[in-house]
Amino acid sequence: MSDFDAQTPAAYDPFADANAEDSGAGTKDYVHIRIQQRNGRKSLTTVQGLKKEFSYNKILKDLKKEFCCNGTVVQDPELGQVIQLQGDQRKNVSTFLVQAGIVKKESIKIHGF
Amino acid sequence: MADDNTDLKDEVAELAPFDPTKKKKKKKVVIQENADESVDSLAEKTESLSVSDGLESSFTGLKKKKKKPVETSLLDEETGDAGEEDLDDHAGEDENGEGADLQQQRFPWDGTDRDYDYEELLGRVFNILRENNPELAGDRRRTVMRPPQVLREGTKKTVFVNFMDLCKTMHRQADHVMAFLLAELGTSGSLDGQQRLVIKGRFAPKNFEGILRRYINEYVICLGCKSPDTILSKENRLFFLRCEKCGSGRSVAPIKAGFVARVGRRNAGT
Repeated sequence: MSDFDAQTPAAYDPFADANAEDSGAGTKDYVHIRIQQRNGRKSLTTVQGLKKEFSYNKILKDLKKEFCCNGTVVQDPELGQVIQLQGDQRKNVSTFLVQAGIVKKESIKIHGF
Repeated sequence: MADDNTDLKDEVAELAPFDPTKKKKKKKVVIQENADESVDSLAEKTESLSVSDGLESSFTGLKKKKKKPVETSLLDEETGDAGEEDLDDHAGEDENGEGADLQQQRFPWDGTDRDYDYEELLGRVFNILRENNPELAGDRRRTVMRPPQVLREGTKKTVFVNFMDLCKTMHRQADHVMAFLLAELGTSGSLDGQQRLVIKGRFAPKNFEGILRRYINEYVICLGCKSPDTILSKENRLFFLRCEKCGSGRSVAPIKAGFVARVGRRNAGT
């Protein structure tokens, strides 16, 4: 019996993998990039789910400068802060976020058509 | 002799894929020498056919669920020619497709005494499989979705005409598909009296295709065996996908609309 006890490692955490996955590129923290149609052929791109640590305003400033569009940070009661950009910037935003190293490519989800 | 040849050709076309002598040992079968022998060889092959059938089914059992082995000698009357075409395509030889050359050059190893390559044998297995039960050769998508038919209602609304049909082919509840579509498009919509989906906004059929493809990947296709034969069930507020083919199950993400920006006139009342 004592042998058996000695064999089992004491500090083994069976959920270590799962926790690590969740904290890393887990299932919950996707960055959602959506598009929404407005009147006519205008549209709106929303970026939701960026990490709280980032300064949304700085990211927004660079996005606006890069894509030559206007945009804003919206405070949503449930989802926190969401970046809104004018026009269909889904491709641009995803490449920008990946290149800047803000998000990994796997954790970006592009919605819309 | 020409008549004999064509007769023989038919028989060979029927039976050559199942010739076990070729599979096991390189014993050349000489059928094309005289027509009288063909009956004997045919009998011999038909009795050895069961053996090779068993082999085939064991192969298919590895890949997918085992189907009942089809009685080939009956089927091949009409499929023999198509199978030959396939074989020819694979082997890349025999352009004229007529006469005794065909019999000899059915396989790349026919004239020679060399060992079989893995690719050749693999191609042969797939050709046989495609000939006899094409649903098992998983190189084509079995479920072909009809393209979405989309009309414009006025300038601001889009009507998805065959929405119900597509839901039925996917075996999914219409409201689930609708919730996904509307969440992805970021708009609102509803079913009308003829079970068509009316969506606010202007969308092209291509857009729907992309979204439906994503829906199928996420909520229909089984990840294990890639079959669309699955059931989506809800167990205490979580959606689970269970495959009817291989029995595997997985949980799928619930549909969330996410952030929807406010578009249009504000403060309409005041």
